[in-house]
Amino acid sequence: MGKYLHVLNIGIQNTLVYRTNFLFRAAAGLIPLTGTLYLWKSVYAGQSGSEMVGGYTLIQMISYYLVVTLVDACTAVAEDDWQIAADIKDGNISQFLLKPIDYLAYRLCLYASGRAIYTTVALVPVALFIFSLRNYFAMPSDAATLGLFLVSTLLAGLLQFFIAYVMALLAFWVLDVSTFIFIQFAFEYIASGHLFPIDILPRWLALAVQFTPYPYLLHFPVSVYLGRITGPRMWQGFAVQAAWVLLGYGLARFVWARGVRRYSAVGG
Amino acid sequence: MTPRNPLPAWRRYPLLYASLWRNSVVREMQFKTNFLLWIVVELLWFGLQLAFMSVVYAHTESIAGWTRWQVVLLVGCSHFVQQVFTAFFFTNLTEISEHIRTGRMDFFLLLPVNTRFLISFRKVDLGAFINAATAAGVIVFALRRLGQVPSFAESLGFAAMCFAGLVIHYSLMFLFATVAFWTVRAQGIVWGYYNLFNIARVPDGAFPPGMFRRVFTYVLPMILVANVPARVLLGTLRSPWELLLLAGIAGACFVVSELAWRLSLRHYAGASS
Repeated sequence: MGKYLHVLNIGIQNTLVYRTNFLFRAAAGLIPLTGTLYLWKSVYAGQSGSEMVGGYTLIQMISYYLVVTLVDACTAVAEDDWQIAADIKDGNISQFLLKPIDYLAYRLCLYASGRAIYTTVALVPVALFIFSLRNYFAMPSDAATLGLFLVSTLLAGLLQFFIAYVMALLAFWVLDVSTFIFIQFAFEYIASGHLFPIDILPRWLALAVQFTPYPYLLHFPVSVYLGRITGPRMWQGFAVQAAWVLLGYGLARFVWARGVRRYSAVGG
Repeated sequence: MTPRNPLPAWRRYPLLYASLWRNSVVREMQFKTNFLLWIVVELLWFGLQLAFMSVVYAHTESIAGWTRWQVVLLVGCSHFVQQVFTAFFFTNLTEISEHIRTGRMDFFLLLPVNTRFLISFRKVDLGAFINAATAAGVIVFALRRLGQVPSFAESLGFAAMCFAGLVIHYSLMFLFATVAFWTVRAQGIVWGYYNLFNIARVPDGAFPPGMFRRVFTYVLPMILVANVPARVLLGTLRSPWELLLLAGIAGACFVVSELAWRLSLRHYAGASS
């Protein structure tokens, strides 16, 4: 255990170097978000009679995007997948095969420390942004909701990590994984609810998406936060989310084992 | 020693550019699958933008006065300008900070060509031309759904405005890239610019008057780059001043980027010192 705490520490030190970069990235991300929010505001402004669009009030819709931004800051993989793929391609994983350190645990520590620093830095511009929109920002209904939201965000982070990890392990089989990662990310972007809440999709499509792990990355935690999913349906959601995390973990172990069997270190 | 029979610049530069093109084609064709997969990636993201708008229009009739197919055309215009920009410049501009970090910039500065020309036009992204063509296809399709046929003058105006948009994208990103002369690690700044593209596809009427609108109209004119060409094609231009505004800002951006480039070069002391 001690050695992984050490890895966490190294991860924090390494990512602290990029704090200005993170600050800039977080702030730049608010520009397209502002565009999207203005777009939705004019959709609501053009609505005659009804105040709802797809079952969302304007406040819920804007809060949805703001909470997505928060969850995304906490969970999005930044460089992790590229680094894992590069480690495999350049033969750096050889040292992990020889040492009593588990590569998955090692990467998870680096991911966790990277996210901790990024979230801390990003919180400055994001909090200012949310404050400027405070009239449109819904707070969680009670402390229990907030707690459940944090738990589902944590699970979402694990799931996000395992998806990125498995995608990066493709580097055992293909030379350049970047296109695969981008294609996967395009699906994730729409099916996780990053682009818009999935429940405003046509019913059959929204239902189909529910069978993929993606909604549990963003849509589910945000729905818990907004209180749009409660009671037995929420507990069921937690169970499915946990199941996806376990499945992701199993797949990560399995693909790694298969990959290592194929692996011949560069120069080795 | 002066070279014998130096060709005049108007013949030298097109010849030089032709050989840069040849290099790019050879480079791209080395990795054919990768080349095709990148086209798929771009197509997916374009599809995503269109999907977003179609989901929004499933719940509304118009956004800030723009109907569904007008917005599809707007998204097409935004993607078209962006892809043409990617085809000619994007890779080159993202590499500028690498040139400085690795010292390759010193080598470019010594070559007997205009350095800005060389670092701006070095590589051509062929896949982006295909993506630009799909965007053009979407624009034509949207026009047909609207039952509109732009006149010759409107088409010419559209082309001119797309060119102005291209100049704006190029100049602004070049300007950001030259910051690398001071900080070296400007990669983040260049990628941050990619975020700006995203607001180009939002209908201009959605932005309420205020700081945000002013900044992204007059300083970083992202609200204009796709909206003005789209309005030219749709015939919904509110005043001919919009054309002059976009052209004027394009010229201004280019001049500013050139001044910043010269200032950066004067400040630059080489990679090893």
